[in-house]
Amino acid sequence: MQHDDVIWDIIGNKQFCSFKVKTKSQGFCRNEYNITGLCNRSSCPLANSQYATIREEKGQCFLYMKVIERAAFPAKMWEKVKLSKNYEKALEQIDENLIYWPRFIRHKCKQRFTKITQYLIRMRKLVLKRQRKLVPLSRKVERREKRKEEKALIAAQLDNAIEKELLERLKQGTYGDIYNFPVHAFDRALEQQDADSESESEEEEEEVDDEDVGKREFVADEEVEESDLSDFEEMNKLRTSSDEEDQDEEEEESSEEEEEDEEEEEEMETKTKASRSKGKSPANGSVARKKRAYVEIEYEQETEPASKSRTT
Amino acid sequence: MDITEVPVSQDSTGKKKKNKKPKKKSPEGNAEGSGVEKEEEKMEKSEPGAAAFPPTFSVSEIKNKQRRHLMFMKFKQEKRKQKMQLKKKKKKEREALGDKAPPKEVPKTIENQRVFDETMVDPEDEEVAFDEGTDEFSAYFNGLTNPKVLITTSDRPRGRTVKFCEQLATVIPNAHVYYRRGLALKRVIPQCVARNFTYLMVINEDRKMPNGMVLCHLPDGPTAHFKISSVRLRKEMKRRGKDPTEHSPEVILNNFSTRLGHSIGRLFAALFPQDPQFVGRQVATFHNQRDFVFFRFHRYIFKNEKKVGIQELGPRFTLKLRSLQKGTFDSKFGEYEWVLKRHEMDACRRKFQL
Repeated sequence: MQHDDVIWDIIGNKQFCSFKVKTKSQGFCRNEYNITGLCNRSSCPLANSQYATIREEKGQCFLYMKVIERAAFPAKMWEKVKLSKNYEKALEQIDENLIYWPRFIRHKCKQRFTKITQYLIRMRKLVLKRQRKLVPLSRKVERREKRKEEKALIAAQLDNAIEKELLERLKQGTYGDIYNFPVHAFDRALEQQDADSESESEEEEEEVDDEDVGKREFVADEEVEESDLSDFEEMNKLRTSSDEEDQDEEEEESSEEEEEDEEEEEEMETKTKASRSKGKSPANGSVARKKRAYVEIEYEQETEPASKSRTT
Repeated sequence: MDITEVPVSQDSTGKKKKNKKPKKKSPEGNAEGSGVEKEEEKMEKSEPGAAAFPPTFSVSEIKNKQRRHLMFMKFKQEKRKQKMQLKKKKKKEREALGDKAPPKEVPKTIENQRVFDETMVDPEDEEVAFDEGTDEFSAYFNGLTNPKVLITTSDRPRGRTVKFCEQLATVIPNAHVYYRRGLALKRVIPQCVARNFTYLMVINEDRKMPNGMVLCHLPDGPTAHFKISSVRLRKEMKRRGKDPTEHSPEVILNNFSTRLGHSIGRLFAALFPQDPQFVGRQVATFHNQRDFVFFRFHRYIFKNEKKVGIQELGPRFTLKLRSLQKGTFDSKFGEYEWVLKRHEMDACRRKFQL
């Protein structure tokens, strides 16, 4: 016999119902045939022998009905009616099937059906919009790739490659006349050689002068500088064209850096000068002048460390 | 346990010495029965081949893990010793010969050992030249169009991505950054075409870091999808210079050697205007090494014609090509010219695609 009240007494109020989920304010019913989802005397499908719900399967809505006459046959308890896809027609179908049923169930069925159709419409709309595809990353693969990238970076030697490419372009003349280095490298090399020989010869002359300068230090420094200047004028003429242009083209930051470089080179120069030639630490006033003359030569020998200090 | 084990191991070391000989010979391809004789020739401690182990003996057949491990270590040590001896011999020979010594051998690098790729482009290849004359970039390379780039992101970009996009926009002349607002790319593209954009660049973001880039050449050009890694923004650079100016930079493309690499190289080249302003002394580099494209942005200065100084400005990042698709962005129905298939392409360490 079906005693709804007894059933409700047991599961609803006092003892345990496995479909019940209680929160502080509300009780919910997890039974899939429940029409409202709340745990109520009128919404409990176990405690009502005459009951109806709407359920949706793959976009199709069905009306399920349970009557007391079939309570003894659990396998055939629920009657399933397919509802039409047309909203109004489906509502009429519900009305027609649930004629003479309690108002509550009829109303709730229609409400539920409305909600279901609404969410089905939204689902169909979303599919047409942009879909975001999540691609899973494999941790191993990512780690491997990262390592490969690091190794490739080391193998690439980017700075060297870029510098080489830029120098190539300069040699090929893509820059036109902006930089007034003479285009032919071997002309330049020749000039360098000539300069070297000249500078060596001048060094010898200077040695003599330098000794004199050393002796006269206390007396007449500035006059001596002028004479030194005259010796150096030829050297300067050979170099000033490129030097001036270098300095013109430099922006402030790079000029500062160049000065730093030049200072470094100067230190190196003085060391090598001391080692190379005889006691050539003349009056500091002329070092500034001499620096310009000798800078080009020092480049030849100490290109490597200088470039290392420059590149990041 | 310990006490009893020691003599056992000693015995086994004794056995090992005998075992070593046949074991060593067998991996050296000596599977036939004459293993025993050869051992006697080779080994100094030539005990007679009384310990006649079957010639197909190898280290991996010993079931006991400890013993197997010890045997293997000994094997390795022997190998190493032989290698050192060989090296010493060679060195002595080299010193003995002095000047007449043969030149030092070139060390093997991955680039040296690269698997020959039949799609390597020959600089004088006519077919390639013809293709490039008529492909989608020909309009750019003939000077007909000026590049105009639209940079955008995926939905709701975070600060880092936004900054990255802004910096990219300063690096690429004539670039505009637009906020995405959840628009579909397929609808964005016709609008871009209508406004004469030549490039659409979409930076994809994941967990607040840019990690992907879709580069789409606009009047139905190819679409390339890259993975971005190691992004470094301007303020994270060490020893960087001032901000880049508005001058158009020069472009350097290194190592794009295969056919695919060529098309990607042209894709990058067409981002920048055809005539760089040398006054600006800025250079953007795309360097391909082992399928990773490194992007750098520098300012250079020529100190003399043998020396140039470069200073890095601008963001730096690394790209890896994931797919190249003909036509504008269409992930479902597009025709893919090349897709990264990890199992096939990553299997060999000497094989590269770009």
